Amino acid sequence: MTDKRTITVSVNGAKHTKEVPVRITLADFIRYELGLTGTHLGCEHGVCGACTILLDGRSARSCLMLAVQADGHDVLTVEGIAPSPDKLHPLQEAFRDNHGLQCGFCTPGMLTTLLEFLGDNPDPTEQEVRIAISGNLCRCTGYQGIVLAALDAAKRMKAARA
Amino acid sequence: MKPPPFQYHDPKTLAEAVGLLGKLDNAKLLAGGQSLMPMLNMRFVQPDHIIDINLVEGLSGIKESGGAIEIGAMTRQRDLEFSDLIKAKCPLLHQAIMHIGHRQTRNRGTIGGSLCHLDPAAELVSVCAAHDATVTVVGPNGTREIAFADFPAGYLTPAIELNEIVTTIRIPLWPAGHKAAFIEFSRRHGDFAIVSAAALLQIDGGRISRASVTVGGVAVAPVRAGDVEKAITGQAPTSELFAEACESCRSIDAMADIHASADYRQHLAAVLSRRALEKAAGLADNAPWNRVH
Repeated sequence: MTDKRTITVSVNGAKHTKEVPVRITLADFIRYELGLTGTHLGCEHGVCGACTILLDGRSARSCLMLAVQADGHDVLTVEGIAPSPDKLHPLQEAFRDNHGLQCGFCTPGMLTTLLEFLGDNPDPTEQEVRIAISGNLCRCTGYQGIVLAALDAAKRMKAARA
Repeated sequence: MKPPPFQYHDPKTLAEAVGLLGKLDNAKLLAGGQSLMPMLNMRFVQPDHIIDINLVEGLSGIKESGGAIEIGAMTRQRDLEFSDLIKAKCPLLHQAIMHIGHRQTRNRGTIGGSLCHLDPAAELVSVCAAHDATVTVVGPNGTREIAFADFPAGYLTPAIELNEIVTTIRIPLWPAGHKAAFIEFSRRHGDFAIVSAAALLQIDGGRISRASVTVGGVAVAPVRAGDVEKAITGQAPTSELFAEACESCRSIDAMADIHASADYRQHLAAVLSRRALEKAAGLADNAPWNRVH
């Protein structure tokens, strides 16, 4: 019999209380229980980075956490990055303008990873950006555009703060 | 839903966790989850009980005490990465951290989890071997300390009992001004190392007074290259000395897998241990392989 628990998780600012099987991963909870399918699942064993979310502001692979472990915590998914439905975040604008996405599968993980990284390191070098996204696989091999987008986003985010 | 069915327990105290571990059959401790969760998702492990120790009080923290750094088992790798104390006093650990997985995994992964998973290529395992760390475990009969040389019992198997929990890792510090280098060879940044090497050097009056050389990823647990340490102690540090001494690493009993043959691992052990010593001694500043990771 599958053990169940009731959890309350804040996702993109909205609180959700649900009864979930204890073995469900946070990734599957986000996708199947909450219907937020922007978080993608590639490998489901912590290699591809597509399922990266921010847990209390820190990037984490949502396939390597149980949903019950997010009880009482704040989760940010790709759906929560834009400030409003008709306005993109500067990071997203930079991706659009620098051809930072091709098929788009890796994009949610790239965006969440870079959102944390650019918060920690607002003025990164190209090498630092490449290391920051080393845990995110883009099978279109579109890294060049992604790196350019990240460097451009750093400038835009700095300008937005000024 | 990938993990197999299990009962979930989230104790709040160490005593409660030890009690559960002693009482339940086929139970696994869940620390940072960066090794256990993939194994659950792939169903390499099928525990009946998961004991999540993320809510147990008092298991994380970094402090200096009596000439050593004491690290709580549940301290996240990220906290080690950003610790000023570790950066200042334990440069080998500081360097090694940057080779561990990725930001996303370091945010969750813990030092205790890494040591207990005991992957042959794990950086924290190598650092503990290089520094002669001590691991403190708590079980139903109280606390005991395990010298790191005795900690690995076999492949992915630490020498702790099924009802014991690692609580603290004590890393004895080397004197201020000692030299350290951690390097590794992997196909991509953040991948598991095929081979890694850690070097610690104390140099007094132009001669090596103390040396620690460790190669990881070659055998089931890190290997201290005692022959190299002996051969270079008392000598002036030069590339020629290191190259000659590190040849002995070719005789380490090496494992073979899909990533590399035993011969290749022995070759890398010799090359990387020499490079780590050169880097520690400041002889590799212009070497093409010595780039910032």
